[in-house]
Amino acid sequence: MTTAHMPLRLTTGSGRRRARFSRFMTGVMAVAVLLALIPLLLIIGVTVAKGLPALNWEFLTSTFNHSRREAGGGYLHGLVGTLYMGGLAALMSIPMGIGAAIFLTEFPRHRLSGPVRFFSDVMTGVPSVFVGLFVYTILVRQIGFGTFVGALSLAIIMLPIVVRSSEEVLRLVPGELKRASYALGATQWQTVFGVALPTAAPGLITGSMLAVARALGETAPLVLTALAAQSVVIDFQGGGQTALPLLIFREARGAFEAGQQRAWAGALELMMLVLLLTVLARLVGRQSRYRG
Amino acid sequence: MSPITIELKPRTKDLLPGMHLREGATIDAQPMAAEPDAVFDLRDVAVLYGDFVAVRGISLGIERHEITALIGPSGCGKSTLLRSLNRMNDLIPGAHVSGQITYNGEDIYHADVDPVEVRRRIGMVFQKPNPFPKSIYDNVAFGPRLNGFRGDMDELVERSLRGAALWDEVKDKLRANGLSLSGGQQQRLCIARAIATEPDVILMDEPCSALDPIATLRIEELMHELKANYTIIIVTHNMQQAARVSDRTAFLTVNVDDRLGMRTGELVEFDRTDRIFTSPADKRTEDYITGRFG
Repeated sequence: MTTAHMPLRLTTGSGRRRARFSRFMTGVMAVAVLLALIPLLLIIGVTVAKGLPALNWEFLTSTFNHSRREAGGGYLHGLVGTLYMGGLAALMSIPMGIGAAIFLTEFPRHRLSGPVRFFSDVMTGVPSVFVGLFVYTILVRQIGFGTFVGALSLAIIMLPIVVRSSEEVLRLVPGELKRASYALGATQWQTVFGVALPTAAPGLITGSMLAVARALGETAPLVLTALAAQSVVIDFQGGGQTALPLLIFREARGAFEAGQQRAWAGALELMMLVLLLTVLARLVGRQSRYRG
Repeated sequence: MSPITIELKPRTKDLLPGMHLREGATIDAQPMAAEPDAVFDLRDVAVLYGDFVAVRGISLGIERHEITALIGPSGCGKSTLLRSLNRMNDLIPGAHVSGQITYNGEDIYHADVDPVEVRRRIGMVFQKPNPFPKSIYDNVAFGPRLNGFRGDMDELVERSLRGAALWDEVKDKLRANGLSLSGGQQQRLCIARAIATEPDVILMDEPCSALDPIATLRIEELMHELKANYTIIIVTHNMQQAARVSDRTAFLTVNVDDRLGMRTGELVEFDRTDRIFTSPADKRTEDYITGRFG
């Protein structure tokens, strides 16, 4: 039974208008997405186009032992330095960052929680060159340039990212799971390590990997801490270290065609490294939080 | 039925029909030996969240190997009262318990009592099934592992799952995620997880409210089986459920203080379930169970 003033047919003019408007808006949004993608695709495209010709086996496996004017040689020392310092920075910042995030989620009312959260936010916004300058002033002037001070500056950049991303993920751990753990007679420690961390693990890994990826691309702090190196450096501290962004920075500014070629190849190498980490992070993150 | 037909316990005397609950406070002052078969003894218990009094004036005893149901309208503090029995309220900032709750004669809120130890003896099953995102096996083994269980874990897991009437359904997929089970199975997994730590008491906070009638029936049957080995205290919104499963029923209600705007839960009546449902002493109980209120 229908009410008198309601039309019987459901196909009315307003329905067609609505559908038309919906198609129009969908189109607008598709254009917006394309516009947003253009710079990204251009960066990737140009880097691949310019870098690929010079990115060969010699580039990947040899160090910079030629004249800057000539082609040949490679950025192996940069790759080693990037992985070395990135790894050290990860070892320093990830445990500390996840620890701080546990503190923030487990003791939200502690009087230090507010300040820790505030300074993490502030640190996220600190320009990375300041971090380099800071480490330069308090450490490099005393103990010199090197791998450790470079890694330390990267760790300082990573730390707030790890803290905030880990806090978000730990906060998402359902309270009912923690209560279940407590109800079984678990201590707070056992609940954090037995329930909260395993449940949040994929998210913690994703956040940490993205922080590493961010740090690998940093140049400014390394200029002031790692300085430079001409060959593969294994030394923990003292005597300078290099990294892919440093080599790119140096040679891209240079006047020589061959050097610029190497810089493009280095940029492509770095981009693929970061891409690899990001994809890995996404793969880990894609696994449901609820896994066996 | 006349009051004389029921067996009187000294502690339940002050809750007899006709006696005013307010008198509980004066009776409490007299030294009274704890029942030999009482698991819990509550004397003038109140639970506060900050200044807010959620429930007050609760005096009752929980008998061993019985099922005690806590019923009452929303906001009467029955879940709050339940959580105070294994110190789960400690996890809520500002929560505070006054009065005395003794478990096997020991004051569980004594300064020297470790709440973790209390919760190991007094298990809990929650309203919403909350298995860990781990395998069925690891869910059941979680509690025993916390306690550093050194025996045959496979045997304990099987015994616990059998105890929760879940073994036959999951024995071939112990490595599957606990969350892959149906709601009713998940709740039985949570019961298995609770009994794996071999507690003395199991607290159940509306364990069937998220389940369909068939799953509810299974849990209720299970409760009857568990009674032989455990003392069960269940909070339920479902009066039929309280009538079906419990031996004793406590009816709580909400007192609204218009002046302070405070809603406080109070115990109206505590008695054998058959009496509560057939000849309640208090008008408010009768109104509630006949559906005139709440």
